[in-house]
Amino acid sequence: MTDRHSSVIVDTVTRLSIPFLQMFALYVIAHGHYSPGGGFQGGVLLAMSTVLPRLVFGAEASRQQFSTRAAITLAGVGVLIYFLTGVLGLLYGGAFLDYGTLSFLGGDPSTRRYLAILLVETGIGLGVWGALVTVYDLLLDGEAP
Amino acid sequence: MKGLSLLVLAAFAGLLVYGGADFAALGDPKSPASTHVSAQYLQRSYTDTKTPNVVTSVLADYRGIDTLGETAVVFTAAAAVWCILLTGRKKDES
Repeated sequence: MTDRHSSVIVDTVTRLSIPFLQMFALYVIAHGHYSPGGGFQGGVLLAMSTVLPRLVFGAEASRQQFSTRAAITLAGVGVLIYFLTGVLGLLYGGAFLDYGTLSFLGGDPSTRRYLAILLVETGIGLGVWGALVTVYDLLLDGEAP
Repeated sequence: MKGLSLLVLAAFAGLLVYGGADFAALGDPKSPASTHVSAQYLQRSYTDTKTPNVVTSVLADYRGIDTLGETAVVFTAAAAVWCILLTGRKKDES
Protein backbone atom coordinates (compact mmCIF):
# COMPACT_ATOMS: atom_id res chain seq x y z
CA MET A 1 0.00 0.00 0.00
CA THR A 2 2.82 2.42 0.76
CA ASP A 3 4.54 1.65 -2.56
CA ARG A 4 3.63 4.23 -5.10
CA HIS A 5 2.95 2.82 -8.52
CA SER A 6 3.61 5.92 -10.52
CA SER A 7 1.19 6.23 -13.39
CA VAL A 8 0.13 9.43 -15.08
CA ILE A 9 -3.26 8.01 -15.96
CA VAL A 10 -4.12 6.90 -12.42
CA ASP A 11 -2.81 10.16 -10.93
CA THR A 12 -4.77 12.34 -13.33
CA VAL A 13 -8.01 10.39 -13.06
CA THR A 14 -7.78 10.48 -9.27
CA ARG A 15 -7.05 14.20 -9.25
CA LEU A 16 -10.01 14.85 -11.53
CA SER A 17 -12.49 12.54 -9.86
CA ILE A 18 -12.01 13.58 -6.23
CA PRO A 19 -13.84 16.95 -6.49
CA PHE A 20 -16.75 15.26 -8.23
CA LEU A 21 -16.76 12.50 -5.62
CA GLN A 22 -16.96 15.06 -2.81
CA MET A 23 -19.61 17.07 -4.62
CA PHE A 24 -21.67 13.93 -5.09
CA ALA A 25 -21.21 13.09 -1.39
CA LEU A 26 -22.58 16.51 -0.40
CA TYR A 27 -25.46 15.97 -2.80
CA VAL A 28 -26.23 12.55 -1.27
CA ILE A 29 -26.25 14.06 2.24
CA ALA A 30 -28.30 17.13 1.35
CA HIS A 31 -30.71 15.33 -0.94
CA GLY A 32 -31.53 12.57 1.54
CA HIS A 33 -34.89 14.21 2.15
CA TYR A 34 -36.01 13.52 -1.41
CA SER A 35 -34.10 10.49 -2.64
CA PRO A 36 -32.29 7.45 -1.28
CA GLY A 37 -29.24 8.59 0.62
CA GLY A 38 -28.40 10.48 3.76
CA GLY A 39 -25.65 10.86 6.26
CA PHE A 40 -24.30 7.31 6.29
CA GLN A 41 -24.08 6.97 2.50
CA GLY A 42 -22.70 10.46 2.00
CA GLY A 43 -20.19 9.93 4.80
CA VAL A 44 -18.89 6.79 3.10
CA LEU A 45 -18.47 8.72 -0.15
CA LEU A 46 -16.56 11.47 1.66
CA ALA A 47 -14.36 8.84 3.29
CA MET A 48 -13.64 7.32 -0.13
CA SER A 49 -12.59 10.73 -1.42
CA THR A 50 -10.01 10.78 1.39
CA VAL A 51 -8.91 7.16 1.10
CA LEU A 52 -8.44 7.34 -2.68
CA PRO A 53 -5.48 9.77 -2.51
CA ARG A 54 -3.96 7.58 0.21
CA LEU A 55 -4.03 4.65 -2.21
CA VAL A 56 -2.76 6.58 -5.22
CA PHE A 57 -0.36 9.20 -3.87
CA GLY A 58 0.81 7.22 -0.84
CA ALA A 59 -0.17 7.46 2.79
CA GLU A 60 2.59 9.88 3.79
CA ALA A 61 1.68 12.61 1.31
CA SER A 62 -2.05 12.28 1.90
CA ARG A 63 -1.77 12.43 5.68
CA GLN A 64 -0.19 15.85 5.46
CA GLN A 65 -3.46 17.03 3.94
CA PHE A 66 -5.80 15.10 6.21
CA SER A 67 -4.20 13.45 9.24
CA THR A 68 -5.52 10.53 11.23
CA ARG A 69 -5.87 12.81 14.23
CA ALA A 70 -8.04 15.16 12.18
CA ALA A 71 -10.13 12.16 11.13
CA ILE A 72 -10.90 10.95 14.65
CA THR A 73 -11.59 14.55 15.72
CA LEU A 74 -14.03 14.85 12.83
CA ALA A 75 -15.76 11.63 13.90
CA GLY A 76 -16.17 13.01 17.42
CA VAL A 77 -17.44 16.35 16.12
CA GLY A 78 -20.02 14.53 13.99
CA VAL A 79 -21.43 12.59 16.94
CA LEU A 80 -21.34 15.80 19.01
CA ILE A 81 -23.38 17.70 16.38
CA TYR A 82 -26.04 15.01 16.51
CA PHE A 83 -26.03 14.84 20.32
CA LEU A 84 -26.13 18.62 20.78
CA THR A 85 -29.07 18.86 18.37
CA GLY A 86 -30.86 16.49 20.72
CA VAL A 87 -29.82 18.51 23.78
CA LEU A 88 -31.05 21.71 22.10
CA GLY A 89 -34.47 20.09 21.95
CA LEU A 90 -34.30 19.71 25.72
CA LEU A 91 -33.15 23.32 26.21
CA TYR A 92 -36.01 24.65 24.10
CA GLY A 93 -38.50 22.86 26.32
CA GLY A 94 -39.21 19.73 24.31
CA ALA A 95 -38.08 16.14 24.56
CA PHE A 96 -34.58 14.91 23.68
CA LEU A 97 -34.23 14.98 19.87
CA ASP A 98 -37.62 16.69 19.50
CA TYR A 99 -36.82 19.06 16.65
CA GLY A 100 -40.25 20.67 16.56
CA THR A 101 -39.40 22.97 19.47
CA LEU A 102 -36.18 24.40 17.96
CA SER A 103 -37.61 27.89 17.38
CA PHE A 104 -34.27 29.39 16.23
CA LEU A 105 -34.67 27.44 12.98
CA GLY A 106 -37.78 29.48 12.24
CA GLY A 107 -41.03 28.45 10.63
CA ASP A 108 -43.58 26.01 11.92
CA PRO A 109 -42.61 22.77 13.70
CA SER A 110 -42.61 20.75 10.49
CA THR A 111 -40.11 23.13 8.84
CA ARG A 112 -37.94 22.98 11.95
CA ARG A 113 -37.95 19.19 11.78
CA TYR A 114 -37.06 19.39 8.09
CA LEU A 115 -34.03 21.58 8.81
CA ALA A 116 -32.98 19.70 11.93
CA ILE A 117 -32.96 16.44 9.98
CA LEU A 118 -30.41 18.04 7.64
CA LEU A 119 -28.36 19.12 10.66
CA VAL A 120 -28.44 15.61 12.07
CA GLU A 121 -27.58 14.04 8.72
CA THR A 122 -24.57 16.35 8.48
CA GLY A 123 -23.42 15.11 11.88
CA ILE A 124 -23.83 11.50 10.78
CA GLY A 125 -21.89 12.22 7.58
CA LEU A 126 -18.95 13.80 9.41
CA GLY A 127 -18.96 10.98 11.96
CA VAL A 128 -18.90 8.22 9.35
CA TRP A 129 -16.27 10.07 7.30
CA GLY A 130 -13.90 10.46 10.25
CA ALA A 131 -14.48 6.96 11.60
CA LEU A 132 -13.82 5.21 8.28
CA VAL A 133 -10.65 7.18 7.56
CA THR A 134 -9.41 6.53 11.11
CA VAL A 135 -9.99 2.79 10.82
CA TYR A 136 -8.36 2.69 7.38
CA ASP A 137 -5.26 4.58 8.52
CA LEU A 138 -4.77 2.57 11.67
CA LEU A 139 -5.32 -0.80 10.03
CA LEU A 140 -2.83 0.19 7.33
CA ASP A 141 0.14 0.46 9.67
CA GLY A 142 -0.94 1.48 13.15
CA GLU A 143 1.69 4.21 13.28
CA ALA A 144 1.28 7.05 15.70
CA PRO A 145 -0.12 10.04 13.82
CA MET B 1 -22.49 -38.30 21.54
CA LYS B 2 -22.33 -37.07 17.97
CA GLY B 3 -25.71 -38.63 17.24
CA LEU B 4 -27.18 -36.90 20.30
CA SER B 5 -25.91 -33.47 19.25
CA LEU B 6 -27.25 -34.03 15.73
CA LEU B 7 -30.61 -34.96 17.28
CA VAL B 8 -30.62 -31.80 19.40
CA LEU B 9 -29.65 -29.77 16.34
CA ALA B 10 -32.46 -31.29 14.27
CA ALA B 11 -34.95 -30.68 17.09
CA PHE B 12 -33.85 -27.06 17.32
CA ALA B 13 -34.13 -26.63 13.54
CA GLY B 14 -37.61 -28.12 13.70
CA LEU B 15 -38.51 -25.66 16.47
CA LEU B 16 -37.29 -22.75 14.34
CA VAL B 17 -39.29 -23.93 11.32
CA TYR B 18 -42.34 -24.39 13.54
CA GLY B 19 -41.93 -20.86 14.88
CA GLY B 20 -41.27 -19.45 11.43
CA ALA B 21 -44.43 -20.97 10.03
CA ASP B 22 -46.41 -18.65 12.27
CA PHE B 23 -44.92 -15.46 10.80
CA ALA B 24 -47.13 -13.04 8.96
CA ALA B 25 -46.66 -13.01 5.19
CA LEU B 26 -44.11 -10.49 3.93
CA GLY B 27 -45.82 -7.16 3.32
CA ASP B 28 -49.14 -8.33 4.78
CA PRO B 29 -51.11 -5.14 5.52
CA LYS B 30 -52.98 -6.86 8.37
CA SER B 31 -49.88 -8.07 10.22
CA PRO B 32 -49.20 -6.50 13.64
CA ALA B 33 -46.08 -4.76 12.30
CA SER B 34 -48.11 -2.98 9.62
CA THR B 35 -51.04 -1.96 11.81
CA HIS B 36 -49.27 -0.44 14.83
CA VAL B 37 -47.17 2.70 14.10
CA SER B 38 -46.07 2.05 10.50
CA ALA B 39 -49.32 3.39 9.07
CA GLN B 40 -48.98 6.52 11.22
CA TYR B 41 -45.45 7.12 9.92
CA LEU B 42 -46.55 6.77 6.30
CA GLN B 43 -49.58 9.01 6.70
CA ARG B 44 -48.05 11.75 8.85
CA SER B 45 -44.46 11.88 7.60
CA TYR B 46 -45.01 14.71 5.14
CA THR B 47 -47.17 16.90 7.36
CA ASP B 48 -44.90 16.31 10.37
CA THR B 49 -41.52 16.81 8.75
CA LYS B 50 -42.05 18.11 5.17
CA THR B 51 -39.82 15.22 4.08
CA PRO B 52 -41.09 13.18 1.12
CA ASN B 53 -38.62 10.37 1.83
CA VAL B 54 -40.23 8.43 4.68
CA VAL B 55 -37.04 6.45 5.25
CA THR B 56 -35.20 9.67 6.14
CA SER B 57 -37.94 10.98 8.40
CA VAL B 58 -38.15 7.67 10.27
CA LEU B 59 -34.36 7.37 10.50
CA ALA B 60 -33.59 10.90 11.67
CA ASP B 61 -36.79 12.04 13.36
CA TYR B 62 -39.18 9.35 14.59
CA ARG B 63 -36.34 6.96 15.42
CA GLY B 64 -33.75 9.63 16.14
CA ILE B 65 -32.38 8.08 19.33
CA ASP B 66 -31.77 4.81 17.50
CA THR B 67 -29.74 6.63 14.85
CA LEU B 68 -27.83 8.57 17.51
CA GLY B 69 -26.85 5.18 18.92
CA GLU B 70 -25.76 3.98 15.48
CA THR B 71 -23.56 7.01 14.98
CA ALA B 72 -22.09 6.53 18.45
CA VAL B 73 -21.36 2.89 17.59
CA VAL B 74 -19.47 3.94 14.45
CA PHE B 75 -17.45 6.44 16.47
CA THR B 76 -16.85 3.88 19.22
CA ALA B 77 -15.53 1.41 16.63
CA ALA B 78 -13.02 3.98 15.40
CA ALA B 79 -12.02 4.89 18.96
CA ALA B 80 -11.59 1.20 19.84
CA VAL B 81 -9.35 0.61 16.81
CA TRP B 82 -7.37 3.71 17.83
CA CYS B 83 -6.92 2.46 21.40
CA ILE B 84 -6.06 -1.15 20.51
CA LEU B 85 -3.66 -0.55 17.61
CA LEU B 86 -1.87 2.54 18.92
CA THR B 87 -1.26 1.19 22.42
CA GLY B 88 -0.04 -2.12 20.95
CA ARG B 89 2.42 -0.30 18.71
CA LYS B 90 3.85 1.74 21.54
CA LYS B 91 4.51 -1.36 23.64
CA ASP B 92 6.35 -3.02 20.76
CA GLU B 93 8.68 -0.08 20.36
CA SER B 94 9.65 0.42 23.99
